[in-house]
Amino acid sequence: MPRKKSPPITEAWRGFTFTRRALVVGGAQTAVGVALAARMTYISVVDNDRYVLESESNRVNLTLVPPRRGWIVDRNGKALANNRVSLRIDIIPDRLHNKDFVLGQLRTLLQLDGDTMERIQRDLKSASGFQPVAVAEDMTEAEYSSILVRLPELPGVAPQRGFARNYPTGAAVGHLIGYVGAPTAEEYEKVKDPLYITPGFRTGKDGLEKYFQDMLRGKPGAKRVEVTAGGKVVRELETTRDTQGKTVHLTIDADLQEFVARRMGRESGAAVVIDCQNGDILSFVSMPCFDPNSFSDGISSSEYSWLREDDHQPLINKATRGLYPPGSTLKPMAAIAAIEHGIDPSERHTCIGGYRLGSRFFRCLGRHGSVDMATAIMKSCNSYFYWVAHRLGYDAIAPTARLMGLGEEFQLAGSNQRYGTIPDSAWKMKKYDQPWSASDSLNAVIGQGYVSVNPLQLAVMAARIASGRRLYPRLVNRHFRNEALPFSAEALATARHGMDLVVNGPGGTAGRSKLPLDGIAMAGKTGTAQVRGLNTGNGKSGTWKFRDHGLFIGFAPVVNPRYATAVVIEHGMGGSRAAAPVAKDFMTFLFDRAKAMEALEAFEAGWGGTIKERMDRDYAAWKAGIARPDAGLAQ
Amino acid sequence: MIPVPPAIQAIPWKLIAILAGITGFGLLVLYSAAGGSITPWALNQGVRFLLFLSVALVIGRLPIRLFEDFSYLAYIGILVLLIAVELLGFVGGGSQRWLNLGFMNLQPSELMKVAIVIALARFYTQLPPGSTRTLTALWPALVMIGVPAALVMLQPDLGTALAICIGGVVVMFAAGLPLWWFGSTAAAGIAALPVLFSFLHDYQQKRVLIFMDPESDPLGAGYHISQSKIAIGSGGIGGKGFLNGSQSHLDYLPEGHTDFIFATMAEEWGLIGGLFLLFLFFLLLRWSTRVALRARTRFGQLTAAGLTMTIFFYIAINLSMVMGMAPVVGIPLPLFSYGGSSMLTIMTCVGIILAIENDSKKGTRRFQ
Repeated sequence: MPRKKSPPITEAWRGFTFTRRALVVGGAQTAVGVALAARMTYISVVDNDRYVLESESNRVNLTLVPPRRGWIVDRNGKALANNRVSLRIDIIPDRLHNKDFVLGQLRTLLQLDGDTMERIQRDLKSASGFQPVAVAEDMTEAEYSSILVRLPELPGVAPQRGFARNYPTGAAVGHLIGYVGAPTAEEYEKVKDPLYITPGFRTGKDGLEKYFQDMLRGKPGAKRVEVTAGGKVVRELETTRDTQGKTVHLTIDADLQEFVARRMGRESGAAVVIDCQNGDILSFVSMPCFDPNSFSDGISSSEYSWLREDDHQPLINKATRGLYPPGSTLKPMAAIAAIEHGIDPSERHTCIGGYRLGSRFFRCLGRHGSVDMATAIMKSCNSYFYWVAHRLGYDAIAPTARLMGLGEEFQLAGSNQRYGTIPDSAWKMKKYDQPWSASDSLNAVIGQGYVSVNPLQLAVMAARIASGRRLYPRLVNRHFRNEALPFSAEALATARHGMDLVVNGPGGTAGRSKLPLDGIAMAGKTGTAQVRGLNTGNGKSGTWKFRDHGLFIGFAPVVNPRYATAVVIEHGMGGSRAAAPVAKDFMTFLFDRAKAMEALEAFEAGWGGTIKERMDRDYAAWKAGIARPDAGLAQ
Repeated sequence: MIPVPPAIQAIPWKLIAILAGITGFGLLVLYSAAGGSITPWALNQGVRFLLFLSVALVIGRLPIRLFEDFSYLAYIGILVLLIAVELLGFVGGGSQRWLNLGFMNLQPSELMKVAIVIALARFYTQLPPGSTRTLTALWPALVMIGVPAALVMLQPDLGTALAICIGGVVVMFAAGLPLWWFGSTAAAGIAALPVLFSFLHDYQQKRVLIFMDPESDPLGAGYHISQSKIAIGSGGIGGKGFLNGSQSHLDYLPEGHTDFIFATMAEEWGLIGGLFLLFLFFLLLRWSTRVALRARTRFGQLTAAGLTMTIFFYIAINLSMVMGMAPVVGIPLPLFSYGGSSMLTIMTCVGIILAIENDSKKGTRRFQ
């Protein structure tokens, strides 16, 4: 037992014990002191790098500056899409300490509506830290400065001079250029780039904006600021400027593009102009169109439903996504096929107002009497081409149609095409499991029946007939071989001559659309495509959406063609009536701008102003619940 | 050679130099923490130091007999105050630690840290040597420690309660109580930790858990420890330079002028500043330990040893806390942190130890 061994307790023993134990306590204290010194050495020497980094990331806050988007310019360097200064207000969640007060103030100052407030609340909930949340964009100077002066009472609010996408010609380029918008959550998930959740950053959503996104994007700048724990900016440390995205050069002629778009007036349709020398697309219009500026600013849901409910379908690019029976515009092509298959263009056929096939009588639009091939094109005589088709069969004509670009899907930047049908017997067998009939040939040769094409294909066809080369349409400077078409000179000459007569011959279907110019003439071919079944209704009156489509293909000048075009006016009641006059005016524009502008201004006065003025008025009327007047009655 | 007058000789210049060194360094840090301004902290702290230093020197001149005689009375008086605080807190709702005396807020728990040491020293001085190993030596001490510690725990103030316990236990240890009592108590204490833990308030439990894993909650309660370590760690060997601490100046470091002042200092002065401060504290504790060893009376011995531990406890817990080695308990760094209460306690301790030193110079050792 330890107790028995213990010495008797005396004062001297207590003294010794005290000394011993005091030294033990002192030693323990020293040991703790040494441990503390070692710990401090460890933190400040061994872990120094790590903590320096953490202290820096505390101190310095990095904000991304969205890059200015690259411009999209036309063939002459004129901007189709550029950037304008945009005043915006964001909220930095980490610095927002009195949320309700600040939001209340913003709501009063900027007159934000309930929807916006709800969105801000939602964004604030999902945002973290220094990730800014957009409050308002594109503010007026007055609104902006009303926030600026109150900034000291609004901690967390960050005003910014940023850039917004701008389309100078608005709706004229909507379908061509597309539009930009704030990145979606899915896009962010895919790239995990913080830039994608920076307010003011936009990605291309449609058309060329989407196709050239990587090129147009640019590199973001960065702003480094020293901030307190409370989020107050102490000072700006350094700013790296953003690098603007690259410029995309298009083959488009901006002036022509705008002119064509305006000339389409209140009609629904598409027009494409192609340079016959190299396949450059000079104008690429589908109207009516949305204003891409509205989309860039974040389109309101009411404006979007206005666009969606419009029966003229402003959200669809009719130049590549609209499929139409091409009607008589295929006749020059059929003529080339006929000559290639041994029909003499001077051989005459007598039109008796139609063509009898067995027990059925296929009607012509007139009683043209004895016609040769060029005259048949000029007068758009169906009987003659029924006769040709019956002799050759459509299987002989379809390959020529395809060589002209019909039924083809082109490799074209940023376009989403529906490429239609050029039927033949194999196609019909495959699709309907039925043999091709002679009446199918007759329908197909006048561009009805199974045939459907888009306006871009029609323009390519016009350019190929005009140039004799297999021109490939392009929007950017890409190289194609554009080799000669395997057709005889006689075949091409006959088709061109027939098209010349259509506009300039005696009694041509587009005689009213001669170019009002000295020494420059346009050749062309009108087409009228029935919307309803053959022989039901006359398609010349009645409800807009049951009227015939008006089509026109053409090129100018007749000698050494330079420009080829195709115009489709939906429910325009006929190619010579609706489509050819439009082509006449923009072809005139290419050679004499002043004269063409004069004509356009006269038209616009009748239509009620420029595209923007009309759209604004229509939108206001729609919002007010007033029914839209039937636009098809114009002209 | 000019003879130094005895009155000047009697002033403990070395001790004053140590105290002034610690406080002076603290004033520099407070000046920086205020963004390069002597207001609101440095000036106050400096004036307070001069005042409390004078008090300490006056206490140092008092006869040691006085402390011995009044020890129980002081202990009981402060215990009554503690109960009064508890009752007032109960009436007022919520936790209360001080009594408003009109001219100042008196925090009785601070005074208890000193009173417990003196009272126990008195108790063991009076205890016959033969009873050292009997229960008579144990239970009165446990009651004397337990009652105030429990009262302080109720406030709740874990840090101060621990300080009271540690001061008392060290006096018991120095008094020569059998070693195995301490050993088995420590073992039982460790075994009972989970049970004790469950007695803690929610926020105290949280602090302990976060201390175990500060990164688990870097923006919440672990924030203090994380930011403190960042401040110390980013200071490196030489520090970021006077007035250049970003952690403290940009408010990332909470309580940068009070409990976490060491981190503020370390960020700007680095490891060198930290070791210098530790050295000053070492000198202070070495002085008080020497006083204990040389004390003429048993009361002096035990008091000096206990008060040394009280001072040490402040330093060790505070530094462990700022370096992430202890949970966040509100214990300031003696003389360095801004604040009057803790400075008053420390200076009272210093004054009493000084009185013991002066007493030991008077004559031969006596044990009674």
